[in-house]
Amino acid sequence: MNFDFSFFTEVLVGGLLAGVMYSLVAIGFVLIYKTSGVLNFAQGSMVLLAALTFVSLIERHFPLPIALIATLALMVVLGLLIERTVLRPLVNKPPITLFMATLGLSYIIEGAAQLAWGTQVHGLDLGIDDTPFEVGGVLISKFDLAAAAIAATMVGALAVFFRYTRLGLAFRAVADDQFAAYAVGLRLPRIWAAVWVAAGVVALVAGLLWGARLGVQFSLSLVVLKALPVLVLGGFDSIPGAIVGGLLVGAAEKLAEVYIGPVFGGGIESWFAYVAALAILLIRPAGIFGQKLIERA
Amino acid sequence: MTTASLTPGISSRAASAVSLFVLLIVAYGILPFAGSSYLFEAILTPFLILSLAAVGLNLLTGFAGQLSLGTAAFMAVGAFAAYNFNLRIASLPLLASIVLAGFTAALIGIIFGLPSLRLRGFYLAVSTLAAQFFVEWALTKFGWFSNNNPSGVIDAPPLAVFGISLDSPTGRYLFTLTIVLLLTTLAWRLVNTQTGHNFIAVRDQELAARVIGVPVLRTKLLAFGVSSFIVGVAGALWAFAYLRTVEPHGFNLDRSFEIVFIIIIGGLGTIRGAFFGAALLVIFPLVLSRLGSFLLGGRFDSGVLEMSQRIVLGALIIFFLIVEPNGLVSLWQRFTRQLSPKTKP
Amino acid sequence: MSWSGISPTSAPASLSRLSANGAHVSPPTSLEDDAATQSITAENASFESEANAYSHTGDEVAESKSHPALSLEAIALSFGGVTAIDGVDLVIQPGEIRAIIGPNGAGKSSLINVMSGIYRPDRGRVHIGGRSFSRVPTHRLARLGVARTFQNLALFAGLSVFDNVAIARVAFRRAGFIEQMIGLGRARREERDARERAAAIIEFLDLGSVRDRLAGALPYGLQKRVELARALVARPKILLLDEPMAGMTATEKREMAGFVRAARDEYGTTVILIEHDIGVVLGLSDRVAVLDYGRKIADGPPDTVRRDPAVIEAYVGVAHEEQTTEGAR
Repeated sequence: MNFDFSFFTEVLVGGLLAGVMYSLVAIGFVLIYKTSGVLNFAQGSMVLLAALTFVSLIERHFPLPIALIATLALMVVLGLLIERTVLRPLVNKPPITLFMATLGLSYIIEGAAQLAWGTQVHGLDLGIDDTPFEVGGVLISKFDLAAAAIAATMVGALAVFFRYTRLGLAFRAVADDQFAAYAVGLRLPRIWAAVWVAAGVVALVAGLLWGARLGVQFSLSLVVLKALPVLVLGGFDSIPGAIVGGLLVGAAEKLAEVYIGPVFGGGIESWFAYVAALAILLIRPAGIFGQKLIERA
Repeated sequence: MTTASLTPGISSRAASAVSLFVLLIVAYGILPFAGSSYLFEAILTPFLILSLAAVGLNLLTGFAGQLSLGTAAFMAVGAFAAYNFNLRIASLPLLASIVLAGFTAALIGIIFGLPSLRLRGFYLAVSTLAAQFFVEWALTKFGWFSNNNPSGVIDAPPLAVFGISLDSPTGRYLFTLTIVLLLTTLAWRLVNTQTGHNFIAVRDQELAARVIGVPVLRTKLLAFGVSSFIVGVAGALWAFAYLRTVEPHGFNLDRSFEIVFIIIIGGLGTIRGAFFGAALLVIFPLVLSRLGSFLLGGRFDSGVLEMSQRIVLGALIIFFLIVEPNGLVSLWQRFTRQLSPKTKP
Repeated sequence: MSWSGISPTSAPASLSRLSANGAHVSPPTSLEDDAATQSITAENASFESEANAYSHTGDEVAESKSHPALSLEAIALSFGGVTAIDGVDLVIQPGEIRAIIGPNGAGKSSLINVMSGIYRPDRGRVHIGGRSFSRVPTHRLARLGVARTFQNLALFAGLSVFDNVAIARVAFRRAGFIEQMIGLGRARREERDARERAAAIIEFLDLGSVRDRLAGALPYGLQKRVELARALVARPKILLLDEPMAGMTATEKREMAGFVRAARDEYGTTVILIEHDIGVVLGLSDRVAVLDYGRKIADGPPDTVRRDPAVIEAYVGVAHEEQTTEGAR
């Protein structure tokens, strides 16, 4: 049987582009984890909130720029609020406590988002057609390409931000060594608030792209949970890791669904990423890019 | 030598024993005659089953420190295993099916617990999520589990023990109550043995535990096994005694989180905490629903209720984590005793 | 050069029941005379005679009769590019109190971690009681007769003091979890045995007043003592103490030193301890090894070592600091 190379490439490219979106969500996780050691389980619900708010404003005939700015403002306020009411009281607790707190947070945000805007599915039109076009015999979705471009731009912007702005430098300092940063005079609560705001912005971009792709609905936060295997592979504290991890997960998932899926009757996308991540963890307990911790007794 | 440790300890143990005795009398002697169907079907039975699942999870996460976000998957295994054992082995009594279902869940639990030998914390959580999604998919995808029923939803068999039919709200309640009490007693007993202490040692200082000779590998797998057994039986009860249907989607991620919330709110690492937390979780939606209809009237429909529940639940979690990380059990202890810190759950 | 120190003859009042020359005295609480206890008592007796022969006699001992309790042979260990241990040989005789000292970063903790199997050395072997290992099997330490404490404390915060001590008998228990839950026969005997031994050690270390308190809730000095109790209850032949007196007041240090010496005198345990406080070490130990930058620069009785020029040089910057902080405590 001939191996349909162009079909394979199509699936691969489609997977990679989907993976870009996973990376986007994972980056939000990494931002927060790197600077505060908190694994923000609520990142998914933040994506949902952003998408829901935006789409609901659009549906109420707000012009796009206004909707965008309003949603952005909401995410900023949310970030500040979270830092003040949840993080600050829990500042010295073990990581698992903070993780549980973000679990609770995700419930609050999801509940509030749907309470405010309703639970129906919304279509989201960003003005980018999902028309396929051909490159060398391989069909690529225009939307996927645009999404990749947007994501790349955002990563680029983040890179510039970290390298050339004072706040970005502060982020890196805190990520490197919290105590040292504190000793040097950096105001940690402010920085954490800023980090959560940044994560909120990332969530917004992710929310818009994912929402346009899947429609804005509750299961968005579930799909976005796939970012966890991405983090496992790429390391919880590495942005390049999140990008590579996302691409890997996206591609592997699509390929598995197409080539292995039929054996099981399909639907393996719901768990494949997790099982694959698990398998990798058993070989390399710190993930592919994660830092091996030397346990000093 | 301070006197705080001896005598109050004895009298508080006596007080616990007396209150437990009273509860048993009420549970077995009064409620079955005085309670309404609604009380059994909507409140007591789910409360008991959720408590049992929480006891199971607490053994694993609270006592042994292995975080699991896939509890519902093991409940599902228990439910479907019990159904299939009961269906396919004609002469098997219902109780035996449930026990075998527990062992099946224990086996699956140990398999998905193997990664705990190399993984910790968040990484282990990802592994338990793999269990959650995989099991949910497998039970839906392979019709054999549901006896190839086209709708994928199957009726649970009617409850009968030693020929006596328990197929009534009261009967199901008593059935559940007895099993829950039995397993809880076993769990309590386990926790107070040296093996139970091994769990705590592995949780608190895994390296030191290994150094003094605690068999860490075996302890973790035992925790997964025993916990999953209990959770599996809880799942079987959930399907047989509460919902009376067996379907995979009632055992989704939300359910897993629900059990996690129960043990956090109730008190990690305690047996009583499971019951306190489950009580809160079963009662508060009812309270919220009444309150909501009262305050907002018709606008408070089921969608609003569901969302409000999520918000309140999330807020409760955060509240407890900030104010009383040791949960309701700790609050209760603060009200009823003023002793030096002790170890009893 | 003088270091503030603890004289060998000082002892806290609670240990006055031990006779001054360390002769064997029956433990404060009586244990059932079952077979296990009898064999342990017999073991103790033989350790006792060895201990009496070796205590305070220093280097000439090295050639005499039996196997060393523990010896390190050409151990080397690096982390990434950093050399922690650079070819160390060390011999510890049964029943002696052996100190390992040296400036910060000299490799002392790494050495204890190698002895307890937590680190695998890049080269060299560890010999324990006649057996030889390239990496000591940590999970079998108890059965090898080795117990240790940790520099930063590793108590089980969720267990009471009593349970923390009792659990250290786990390696000697055979009954499975179901047997334990039923609570009869072998499981019951083992449980009773563990509880009695724990009670004895708790008495011995004067922890009776806090035995039912959660270990995590105790003050630091008491926690350190509980760790010692937990290590001792397993009747180890070799006790590894990783900075057992770090962070203690002068009084607590004296008490701890007394307990350590009593443990050796009472149970014949070989003690290997890492310690920063030179004064304590000189008063307590039979022989001292000095590490600097991962190498052993001196090895011998305390009086010899304290005058060794290489040792003085290694400490020149540190000694003055030690004195001032000692005074401040």
